[in-house]
Amino acid sequence: MNDSAGLMNVFVVCFAAAFTGNILLTTFLGMCSFLAVSREVKTAMGLGMAVVFVMTCTTVLNWMLYWWVLVPLHIEFYRFILFIIVIAAFVQFVEMVVERYSPPLYYALGIFLPLITVNCAILGTSLFMVIREYRFGETVGYGFGSGLGWMLAIVAMAGMRQKMAVDRIPKGLQGPGITLIAAGLMALGFVGFTGVLQAR
Amino acid sequence: MNLVLIVLVVSVIAAVLAAVLVFADTYINNYGECEIDVNEGTRTYTVKGGTSLLGALTDQKLFIPSACGGRGTCGYCKVKVIDGGGPVLPTEDGFLSPEEKKENVRLSCQVKVRGNIKIRIPDDLLSVREFTCVCSRIRELTYDIREFRFTLEEPDSITFVPGQYVQLLSPVYAGSSEEVYRAYSISSNPADTAAIELVIRLVPGGICTTYCFEHLKEGSPVRFNGPYGEFRMSDTDAPMIMIAGGSGMAPFNSILHQMKSTGCTRTAVYFFGARKVRDLFYIDEMRAFEKELPNFTFIPVLSEPQGEQWDGETGLVTEAVQRHFNDASGHEAYLCGSPGMIDASIVVLKKLGVPEDRIYYDKFS
Repeated sequence: MNDSAGLMNVFVVCFAAAFTGNILLTTFLGMCSFLAVSREVKTAMGLGMAVVFVMTCTTVLNWMLYWWVLVPLHIEFYRFILFIIVIAAFVQFVEMVVERYSPPLYYALGIFLPLITVNCAILGTSLFMVIREYRFGETVGYGFGSGLGWMLAIVAMAGMRQKMAVDRIPKGLQGPGITLIAAGLMALGFVGFTGVLQAR
Repeated sequence: MNLVLIVLVVSVIAAVLAAVLVFADTYINNYGECEIDVNEGTRTYTVKGGTSLLGALTDQKLFIPSACGGRGTCGYCKVKVIDGGGPVLPTEDGFLSPEEKKENVRLSCQVKVRGNIKIRIPDDLLSVREFTCVCSRIRELTYDIREFRFTLEEPDSITFVPGQYVQLLSPVYAGSSEEVYRAYSISSNPADTAAIELVIRLVPGGICTTYCFEHLKEGSPVRFNGPYGEFRMSDTDAPMIMIAGGSGMAPFNSILHQMKSTGCTRTAVYFFGARKVRDLFYIDEMRAFEKELPNFTFIPVLSEPQGEQWDGETGLVTEAVQRHFNDASGHEAYLCGSPGMIDASIVVLKKLGVPEDRIYYDKFS
C-alpha cells in the first residue's frame, strides 16, 4: 500500500470511529461518566478533551506494548491486565505533570483525569484495536477518532440536558429517565451514519 | 522456562510503571515547603505542599468542620481562600452560592496546597481542639434516643457557647471499615466544663449512630473535636420562639441551662414536636426550667396521640405555633431538627411576621 492510500485509511478509521462506530453510542462503553458529567456543556467539553487525549495516547502505548512485547512472547492474553495497568499509570503520571507545570490546563482538564482511569471506553478502545488488528497509523486514528466521538456524544448530551433542565418533563421521567431516553434517541440518530463509511 | 519468562516480563513492566510513578510523586509532586497564613498572620503554619488544605490544617491541629472526611460530598469545610487557592473546581461548584464564590469561599478539601496560601476562618475555629475523653454515662431517653456523657481527659476542660456542636469520631468497628466524624450539638450546661453531653438518635444504618448505640459502652474511650457552629442565642432582648423535634432538643437544653445560670428573663416559648408520648424526653427537666426561668414556657406537641392519655397540644408542631401566636413580628425564632420540620417552620414563622433574618436554625442533614 502506498503512503497516500495508507494516510487515507487512517482518516477513514478515524472518521468511522467517531461517527459510524461511535464507541459510546454503538457499544455503550463509558456510560457512567457520560451520564454523571453531562449536566453542563463546559464541564462535558473538559472531560471530552481529556478523554480524547488519554484515549489517543493509551491506545498507542498499548499498541506498542501488544505488538512489540506481548505478541513476540506469545502472552497476548495478558493484555487485559497490562492494558489496565498502563492506562492507570499513564493517567496518574499525566495528572501529576499537568498539575505541576500547567495549572490552567489542570483546572480545565486535569481534574477529570482520575475519572477517566476507570472509564471502560478507554480500555475498550485498546481491546478493539487488538481485535481489529490495526497498524500503527490506523491505531492513532482509531484512538483519536474514538475519543472525538465520545466527546461529541457527551457534549451533545450536555447541551440537551441543559435545555431539558428548564423544560417541563413528566414527573416520572425527570432526571435519569429522560436522560436515558435522550441517549437512546441520540444512538438512533448516529445509526444514520451507517453506510457513509464502514470501519474495517 | 516460559512461565518464568512471562512472570518476569509482566513484573518488569509493572515495576517500570511503578518506578515512573514513584519518580513523578517524589520530584514532580513535590511542592516544597509552603506557608499557610491564617487570619492575616494570627497563625502561620509551614507545611509540606502537595496535600489538600483541609488535610494540611488538620495535621496542624486546626480543625475545619468536615463530615465526609475530605471527599467533597458534605460541603462543610468552607474557608475563605484570599490568595493562592487557584480557580473554583467543578467538584466544589455545586456547594458554593454565587455570593460565596464572590467572597472567595472554597471547600478546603478540594483546594490543594501548591504554594503559599492565605486563608480566613471564623475566629471560633482557632479555639477548636481535639479532645480525648471517656464515655462516663449512657442514659436511655426514649426507645431510639440516648444521652451520652463524655468526661474529658486531654484537654480536661472545654469552653463552648450553647448551640454549638462537636464532631464525634466513629472509629473502625465491625460493620464500618473507615473512621468518620459526625456532628452533634452539645446538650449540657456550659458551666460544666469537665464533660459534655450529647443527645443522639439512632439512625438505622447510620455509621456513627450505630457505633454509639451498639459498640460504645460506659468506660469506652472517645475522641471528638470542636466546638463549632454559629447557632446561638442572640444578645438582644426580643422574645424567643424555639422549635425542635427529636434530638433537636440538645442545643435548647444547653441554652436553657445558660439562661438559668445568667438569670436571663427573656420571654421564651419552646415548642417540642414528637409523634407519641414515648417519643418525649427531658420533660421533668423542662418543667424545672419553667419554674426557674420567670418567662419560659414549654409546649410539647404530639402529632399522633390517638389512643394515648394526652391532654397537651396535638397536631404538627407548626400548627401549634400558629395557634399560639397571631402576630410574632417582634420575635426571634430558633429552630433545630429535621430539614422538613425546619422548612415548614420557616414558612409558618414568616407568615406570622417574623423577619427572615431573625430566624436562626440548625438543620440536620
